[in-house]
Amino acid sequence: METIRPEELADLQLKRLKWTLRQAQEVGLYQRKFKEAGVSPDDIKTLDDVEKLPFTYKKELQAGYPFGLFAVRLKEIIRIHTTSGTTGKPTVVGYTRQDLENWSDLIARNMTMIGLGEDDIFQNAVNYGLFTGGLGFHYGAEKVGMTVIPSATGNTRRQIEMIEDFGVTVLHCTPSYALHLAEVAESMGKTLDSLRIGIFGAEPWSENTRAELERRLGVKAYDSYGLSEMYGPGVAFECPERNGLHLWHDCYLAEIIDPKTGERLAPGERGELVITPLVKEALPLVRYRTGDVTRLIDDGCACGRGQKIERITGRSDDMLVIRGINVFPSQIEHVLRSLPEVGEQFMVYVDRTRHLDEMTIEVEMSRAGFSGELQDLARVQRKIAGELHNTLGLRTAVKLVEPGSLPRFEGKAKRVIDRRGAV
Amino acid sequence: MEKSYIVKQISIFSENRPGRLAAIAGALRDAKINIFAFSIAEANGFGVVRALVDRPEDAHRTLTDLGFRVSFTDVIGVKMRDEPGGLSEVASVLGDAGINIEYAYAYSGRDGAVLILRVDQVEDAVRQILDRGGELLKASLFR
Repeated sequence: METIRPEELADLQLKRLKWTLRQAQEVGLYQRKFKEAGVSPDDIKTLDDVEKLPFTYKKELQAGYPFGLFAVRLKEIIRIHTTSGTTGKPTVVGYTRQDLENWSDLIARNMTMIGLGEDDIFQNAVNYGLFTGGLGFHYGAEKVGMTVIPSATGNTRRQIEMIEDFGVTVLHCTPSYALHLAEVAESMGKTLDSLRIGIFGAEPWSENTRAELERRLGVKAYDSYGLSEMYGPGVAFECPERNGLHLWHDCYLAEIIDPKTGERLAPGERGELVITPLVKEALPLVRYRTGDVTRLIDDGCACGRGQKIERITGRSDDMLVIRGINVFPSQIEHVLRSLPEVGEQFMVYVDRTRHLDEMTIEVEMSRAGFSGELQDLARVQRKIAGELHNTLGLRTAVKLVEPGSLPRFEGKAKRVIDRRGAV
Repeated sequence: MEKSYIVKQISIFSENRPGRLAAIAGALRDAKINIFAFSIAEANGFGVVRALVDRPEDAHRTLTDLGFRVSFTDVIGVKMRDEPGGLSEVASVLGDAGINIEYAYAYSGRDGAVLILRVDQVEDAVRQILDRGGELLKASLFR
């Protein structure tokens, strides 16, 4: 499948696209959208006809909360993951048994591509809950036959001990956590000699970070790309050439568009990645706007696999990735607006302290929020941080500031200041 | 009766950064409001400036108009002898009366020294202090 001939791939993609559209017809949203756009799945005769189909936006997935976009009955769904939404409610992703099978196959394909197998010991140091990176990689690695350590996140010293004691050869985590781990290992005087491969994803990272991770951890570092709406990780992955990520075209139909006009861009141009998944049963999507900016690389790869995408260079929207967690400023706004103790204005600052992302939110006190007592202010501060934690799944530092002290905006507000350099 | 000893302190929310006290003090100066006593309580990145002033209502209005978050807090002022042992005497009275202090600050002026107290049960505290021979500032000092 990885080296399928172009014309065979196109046939397969068209066949699967037609199947996906039939699947999408089971969903009220798509019945409506197709009708509004005046298209029917029967109008799709070639792959280029996909341009006649309407886009799908993240906010539409949220509007269907919780199960409105499922194309199968709930009893056929055997797993649920969620991801942060743009306006408070999360996006719910369901998986049929076949979906989970497809997903672990894709992860296994990625891992096999970089030479991992039964002899490897795999430490999966990412969140194991609703975040897709944990269970996604777990099942993929088991499929390959690796020895899997579901270490999850936290307790860095214990993570380092396990790498040493179990002779871990492959580490999967976010690049920022990997840097933190390297630092702690160095302070413990551990050299982590058994490690040979690092798989890093869930947040953008640079070639400089790659060099640093490789030097400090003694690994060959690979970039992994995915998003929960497309199962999770496994959509695209670097091969040993490490010059772009192979996107799995048999499972994902990719387009690059101008995010402003929605027009498809010329081959090789950089724009927003739009994906139509081709094998998803529970949550079929049509032309999903990923918000991720990349381009399709035209030159063939020395490894002989299919067309690659460039490493993700940014976002076409305002989504932030904080310690691997997606955060939309609108979520923060939503939480703050629901609290009478705080005023209208807020500012978000993102910094990187000792390789870990920190988010600081400044909020203005409202009249109602001030009793005159210091401990009440501290309580308000804790309440805001608690509500944000509930919604974002992320600890933030909340600073109360005086009314009128934050900038006011005419026109489009710029409430987020990201002071991190590239990772 | 107890009420005539309850004094209005103004409490002002302030960020913990240079120039904030100057802004508050400057506003009170411009309004010709005299500050008898004040203290700053500080927490994580912000604080509360607490002040006893001669015209609390005017101070509240002036600062609110400038955009500050201001509120009144009921406190009492216990007079102390301005010599060694003064605080000890007053503290004994409070201890004997079983009064729990949330916070306190003090000033020493022409008419002697005063310990300003924020307590839970303010009317009860006033009665207890007077019963034990303590002397309190009259609220009528503050217009």
